[in-house]
Amino acid sequence: MYTDKVMEHFMHPRNVGTIPDADGVGEVGNPVCGDMMTFYIKVKDGRLEDVKFQTFGCGAAIAVSSLVSEMAKGKTLDEAMKITNQQVAEELGGLPPHKMHCSNLGADALHKAIENYLEKQNRQRPEGGGEEKKSQDKEAHFHCPFCDYTLPENAQLCGHCQIRLIRCEHCGEYNREKDETCRHCGAGLV
Amino acid sequence: MNGFYADKQAAAAVRPEVLEAMLPFFTENFGNPQSLHSVGQKAARALQTAREQLARLLNCQPEEIIFVSSGSEANNLAVKGLALANQARGKQIVVSAIEHVSVLKAARFLEKLGFKTVQVPVDSYGLVDVGKVAEAITPDTVLVSVMMANNEVGTIEPVAEIASLCRSKGILFHSDAVAVVGNIQVDVRAIGLDALSLAADQFGGPKGAAALFLKKGTKITPLIDGGVQESNRRAGTENVPAIVGLGRAAELAMMEMDKKGQRLARLRDRLISGVLTRLDEVILTGHPERRLPHHASFCVKFVEGEAMLLGLDLEGIQVASGSACTSKSLRTSHVLTAMGLDPAVAQGSLVLTLLDGTREEQVDYFLEKFPPVVRRLREMSPLYTRFLEEKKDVHR
Repeated sequence: MYTDKVMEHFMHPRNVGTIPDADGVGEVGNPVCGDMMTFYIKVKDGRLEDVKFQTFGCGAAIAVSSLVSEMAKGKTLDEAMKITNQQVAEELGGLPPHKMHCSNLGADALHKAIENYLEKQNRQRPEGGGEEKKSQDKEAHFHCPFCDYTLPENAQLCGHCQIRLIRCEHCGEYNREKDETCRHCGAGLV
Repeated sequence: MNGFYADKQAAAAVRPEVLEAMLPFFTENFGNPQSLHSVGQKAARALQTAREQLARLLNCQPEEIIFVSSGSEANNLAVKGLALANQARGKQIVVSAIEHVSVLKAARFLEKLGFKTVQVPVDSYGLVDVGKVAEAITPDTVLVSVMMANNEVGTIEPVAEIASLCRSKGILFHSDAVAVVGNIQVDVRAIGLDALSLAADQFGGPKGAAALFLKKGTKITPLIDGGVQESNRRAGTENVPAIVGLGRAAELAMMEMDKKGQRLARLRDRLISGVLTRLDEVILTGHPERRLPHHASFCVKFVEGEAMLLGLDLEGIQVASGSACTSKSLRTSHVLTAMGLDPAVAQGSLVLTLLDGTREEQVDYFLEKFPPVVRRLREMSPLYTRFLEEKKDVHR
């Protein structure tokens, strides 16, 4: 079911743990849907000096988190913000289709940790600021949260991975139609 | 030590004696039981022998057996076939909340045809309350379907009481006994069943052979229309080799079941108590006593089932899980949800079903390998970290 690379990361995940004095913390998912990832970052001179994670979830979720932490370490915030879930899945040699929808949220968790750091900096953004750029991106076009396919505004179905989508009324993020709670902010979905 | 395969419910090897009985029906005895010539009649006789062997195991008449292809087909035939054929008696169906999906989805199909389904809840052990079944029954009830034992949590249901309740009200009663037949004694007469589902692959037989017991004189609408096979109740050329295997497996089960059950129950208890003493924050799911002899199931808090399953597989141990991630439908087990388990806890589901030949040293091997697998996953679980912090706060 899984590629050798997924199994290797599952067996020997990199950067597991917490950072007690982290500069930013980001969490996605919730235990109810089976996957939850928490990322901790340390930032120095605009780069991710350290990245650690904890994951509750399946083999894919653990491998995804591990790879994201590896990819992100040492990168500038901007570079790290550009890591996509799709890249992570490709880097792992692919994930089973049904795992694309729940377990492949590592990049989102990392981005949330970076956003959390930026917020703490009183919204002082580095030049060409990551968060600002991302929000501009979001205004320009929408992406499927599971496969990163570009979606028209208010799409109800991803034309690429065929997952039915619903937007969270609270935070505006896309979720699976079947989800009961938002995987990004935990709000109830209608 | 050749590892530990503890997923008998998913699949098990066909017994050598069963395979031996089957083989000639792939080659020299290839006849179609419906052919009138001698080659066909040889196959027809083998089919009849299998019917008699299974009837002896269930204590019914051979003509009360309908051979089908799977437990799911038997359940579909029972629920849809009985409801459709007897709808003049009413259009309401009562099922338990923890039935196999083949029963629940068959009932949902009937809802589209104007039937109404009522799901009876279960308690935290997965036990159906007979009183709740009685409350759900109305004058419009045509069929009650409650499984004999649950495949995910092993709980054995009070089907004899439910059967007598149904009989007193003139309502048809079907029981899905796929997890049960061949593993513990089932006497359809003594219980008072109208219909019962079973599958050969649960007791040493091959995949592709299953049966519905249907009490003589009970009307049923076939799912597959066509020829006269199975007395007009299931068309299609009979899977003779597989059915021969089912018959032989039934014969062997009848001789060995009690002794085997006692042996497996001892191993099961060793496994359950071993897990519960070696690991904290683990729940035994299902009933502690009223459970299948070969069945042990748990929810391990703060970890996810698929990750445990993969970790164990790397140690040569194969088990099952009801977690959302394990299922390709990405839904948490409806059984665990119906039992009132916290959905986060239900993700840590682990189900072990022991093969007939399971040895004590294999159980001990599992007890040695399992705790480190759990510990490793807990160490990377944010939920476990949170739990430990909260515990610390309480003690402060």
